[in-house]
Amino acid sequence: MTIYIIYKTILASVILIISLLVAMYSTLIERKMAGFFQDRLGPDRAGPWGLFQPLADGIKLFFKEEFMPNTADKFLYILGPSLTMLVALLTSAAIPWGPSFLINGKEYPFQVADINIGILYVFAIVSIGVYGIMIGGWASNNKYSLLGAIRASSQMISYELAMSLAIISIVMMTGSLSLNDIVAQQKGFHWNIWYQPLAFLIFLICAFAETNRSPFDLPECETELVGGYHTEYSSMKLGFYLFAEYINMFISGAVMATLFFGGYNFPFIDQLGLSPNILAIAGFFILMTKITFFGFVFMWVRWTLPRFRYDQLMRLGWKTLIPLAILNMVVTGVVILLNK
Amino acid sequence: MQRISNKSIIVSDKTMSFREKIYLPAIISGMIITFSHLFRKKTTIRYPEVKREFSAIYRGRQVLKRDDEGRERCTACGLCAVACPAEAITMMAAERKTGEENSYREEKYAAVYEINMLRCIFCGFCEEACPKEAIFLTEKLVFSDYERGNFIYGKQDLLEPVDPQNRIDVSKRETPEMLAFKQEINLRHNKK
Repeated sequence: MTIYIIYKTILASVILIISLLVAMYSTLIERKMAGFFQDRLGPDRAGPWGLFQPLADGIKLFFKEEFMPNTADKFLYILGPSLTMLVALLTSAAIPWGPSFLINGKEYPFQVADINIGILYVFAIVSIGVYGIMIGGWASNNKYSLLGAIRASSQMISYELAMSLAIISIVMMTGSLSLNDIVAQQKGFHWNIWYQPLAFLIFLICAFAETNRSPFDLPECETELVGGYHTEYSSMKLGFYLFAEYINMFISGAVMATLFFGGYNFPFIDQLGLSPNILAIAGFFILMTKITFFGFVFMWVRWTLPRFRYDQLMRLGWKTLIPLAILNMVVTGVVILLNK
Repeated sequence: MQRISNKSIIVSDKTMSFREKIYLPAIISGMIITFSHLFRKKTTIRYPEVKREFSAIYRGRQVLKRDDEGRERCTACGLCAVACPAEAITMMAAERKTGEENSYREEKYAAVYEINMLRCIFCGFCEEACPKEAIFLTEKLVFSDYERGNFIYGKQDLLEPVDPQNRIDVSKRETPEMLAFKQEINLRHNKK
């Protein structure tokens, strides 16, 4: 039992470190990508190919002046970015990163917590994320921050509905809320994307809105709202807000890969005849490849599309995505009933 | 209405077709365009290692030329200062003493010649105005500095070295057309 606890602790720390490292380097990759999409080279001064750029950015943020507006609510002002960061890091606990390890005949699952309502847990944590932005924007006592916070909260709540409705069809197909079961059922190449392409499309669009990324980056919207909810933030508090966005991107990539692209599954996973431990490592790298692909899609879309107008955003969410998701749910239900 | 060029696009408020309303085809075609840019040749010039080639007649900081024997060409006539629209040039003339024939080409020379590089707009009028082929703009840049005073370049900064190896080549600017232009009597810089 003690070994089991130690194993879980190590796994949790490793996943924490991996998600932080991935988020750190996706800031560099994002800037590199931005450069490449615009026929530039992107940052390449700090170290070879700019590899030390995230370190330089981090150190810079740490050494910046810690500024707090004197009309701000001090407690909430600090709570905002902390909550955002905390919530962003919590989600990774429920995601199965690979098949179980087999050491001395004992099975060690490659997952921090196999919660039987895993998907509900992920959604619950993600929806707390809006509080970080809302509290931060409100506590700043600045009209731009407040506008950004209002936009963030209404946008995230609207898109969460469509997102959850899209997921219900997956849950109906699987018959389980556990992420482990959902992945296990997509064995080999039976990925959910082949059965639920519409649900995936809705989920993808909502994921852009949930992570506040372009074309739905209205909460920060630098052209109208200075910096949106983080206008009054500086130093590492600002860093936390910006950093949490990249962690969220990583996590939503992981969730998308888990729900629709078979998680750690890859074609011919059983035929290769690999030992369980090698399979666990291979599965992990397969999952990371899928997450990297989604990260690329996030960046690709950001540097292609202009920002939506706010009424367009709301119309898309409420009048298009939610009806589509309900339709998808009904059709899935009918098909499941007919096949019984 | 007659259109002046074919560049303008007539904007209409027509209702969108279904294909346009679902946005996705347009989004995907846009994303293909940006994706193709990933593999294009990058336009970045990595500055300190690679320097961009300037045009042969780039107008950078000025140089005061010497003649072939290493004597200063400037006679402190003041035409450049008059031509200067930014009033960046000041000078003080002095008379050549006996024994200084190797330093100055003519009997009068500029004892002080200063260009305020913060005022200079690098228009090149001084070069056009100079009747003695003494001042030219070069490819060199004016360096940044912390003190305003350091931007006033005196003769020690502007004058080219005596050593024939280190002379500054202005042959691309000193063309026959330029010489003819300088002697054109109807132009402003030659009017009385």
